[in-house]
Amino acid sequence: MTIYAAKTFSEWFADLQARFINDFITDNRWKFLWNGLGVTLKITAGALVIGVLLGFLVAAVRATHDKTGKLRFLNVLAKLYLTVIRGTPVVVQLLITYFVILAPLGVNEVLVAICAFGINSGAYVAEIVRAGIMSIDNGQFEAGRSLGFNYPQTMWYIILPQAFKNILPALCNEFIVLLKETSVSGYVALQDLTKGGDIIRGRTFDAFLPLIAVALIYLVIVLILTKLVSILERRLRSSEH
Amino acid sequence: MSTKKKKSKPAAEKAAEEKKPELEKAETAAKKPAEKPLKEKQPEPEKKEILEELLKPEETIEAEGGEMSESLIMVRNLEKHYGDLHALDGVSMNIEKGEVVVIIGPSGSGKSTFLRSLNLLEMPTSGEIIFEGVNMLDKHVDINVHRQKMGMVFQHFNLFPHMTIMKNVTIAPMKLLKKSREEAEEKAHELLRRVGLDDRAQSYPSQLSGGQKQRIAIVRALCMEPDVMLFDEPTSALDPEMVGEVLDVMKSLAKEGMTMAVVTHEMGFAKEVADRVVFMADGKILETGSPEEIFSNPKTEKAKQFLASVLS
Repeated sequence: MTIYAAKTFSEWFADLQARFINDFITDNRWKFLWNGLGVTLKITAGALVIGVLLGFLVAAVRATHDKTGKLRFLNVLAKLYLTVIRGTPVVVQLLITYFVILAPLGVNEVLVAICAFGINSGAYVAEIVRAGIMSIDNGQFEAGRSLGFNYPQTMWYIILPQAFKNILPALCNEFIVLLKETSVSGYVALQDLTKGGDIIRGRTFDAFLPLIAVALIYLVIVLILTKLVSILERRLRSSEH
Repeated sequence: MSTKKKKSKPAAEKAAEEKKPELEKAETAAKKPAEKPLKEKQPEPEKKEILEELLKPEETIEAEGGEMSESLIMVRNLEKHYGDLHALDGVSMNIEKGEVVVIIGPSGSGKSTFLRSLNLLEMPTSGEIIFEGVNMLDKHVDINVHRQKMGMVFQHFNLFPHMTIMKNVTIAPMKLLKKSREEAEEKAHELLRRVGLDDRAQSYPSQLSGGQKQRIAIVRALCMEPDVMLFDEPTSALDPEMVGEVLDVMKSLAKEGMTMAVVTHEMGFAKEVADRVVFMADGKILETGSPEEIFSNPKTEKAKQFLASVLS
């Protein structure tokens, strides 16, 4: 304790500098973070696409069943999917996808992660979209049908554009969660951003700087994403007034 | 039912006749343009009277032979159950081309349900709806095609809030009738001018008053060039000072010979514009007749009570 207290600020700063150089500069260790970030973004983007497509599809099935009573079989399938995915941890889903289903086939790990996270995210997107569809006044639906639009046309031209505007904040939230959830990719031997920080920690035995760096990078990405969505939101809303 | 066999032939006749009324539209601005050619074809003097009598289901079935190819819409024994509630109890009615039918009755009488059944927004439990010779309840009928010919105006307007007024009124003609943008917008401008709202074409629905919204809703339906317009309490959600502007548009439509079925509480409109007033209660048609007959000389107790309460 007394030794610490005796340290001057300049000594402390010099120490930090040395650790920084050791953690990130020596042997180009920053590349662990840089490459990890690439993997994280790849997985997030891929999972996002799958999640949104799957989510809208499942939501369409569920909403159609709710509104018309048709598609009973598909609705049961969709419900089963939602129950299983939302009822089990994403890490377990990732491990099962990797070790049980895809590893024996020799599929690339990034692809495995994209599938696992995409299927997981799809369940949450589906319920968000369904809530959005159900939030639109039934009169909108009737107006579309009375003009002669069929069910899919009414959905596409009239219901979904309005629903999308309403669910944008919830969707943005889901994307943020997805980005952060990919930090468990290390479980299947993927070197994502979190794993990159962890590798540096293993080499330098310094936990503080690598982990803070990883946290900061996630934070910055989330801030950028939030900003983009709020711009989109404002633009969509401005069209109404 | 025994009526089913007869249906196919008149349907074909009907199709052939379709072209005629088109021509007449130009000739006569007067109401009921359909009467003339029909009388030429089938000179039965009592036919008109029979039509007036069509309120009773049993008679309808017997008398139909001749009338099958006449009416724009023929409804036979329409039934609708919501669980235990018997919303429509054997409703039969004909609507002639060019006719303005106003449906009145106490709330819960099934008048809105009936109107919404005509374009199958409500699915009837049983019965027949024959529109332009086609049984709409036939499983093989593409209802979307026939809905294009039935414009509908709702109590709550139901304009699309995410589209400009122009987009609201042109999206259906462009997507469904495959009109070009120019063609659709030209028609839209013409109709918007008629209701006095051409300057609001680039506004959004949220920027309009209730009366303006409802006039736009009428234009949206008219842009599909329908053969009949259905109005479901079009003025009930409006502030009193805006009712007039909407009724004026409807009156001018009626004058041009548009076939209209109107559910409304506006008795003044019914008296002035209706060719026929239909009084409904408890899911049944209790009375039908000219406005004078219904308003000055109601026969049933329910109609007397209802009219006393609304006209006082």
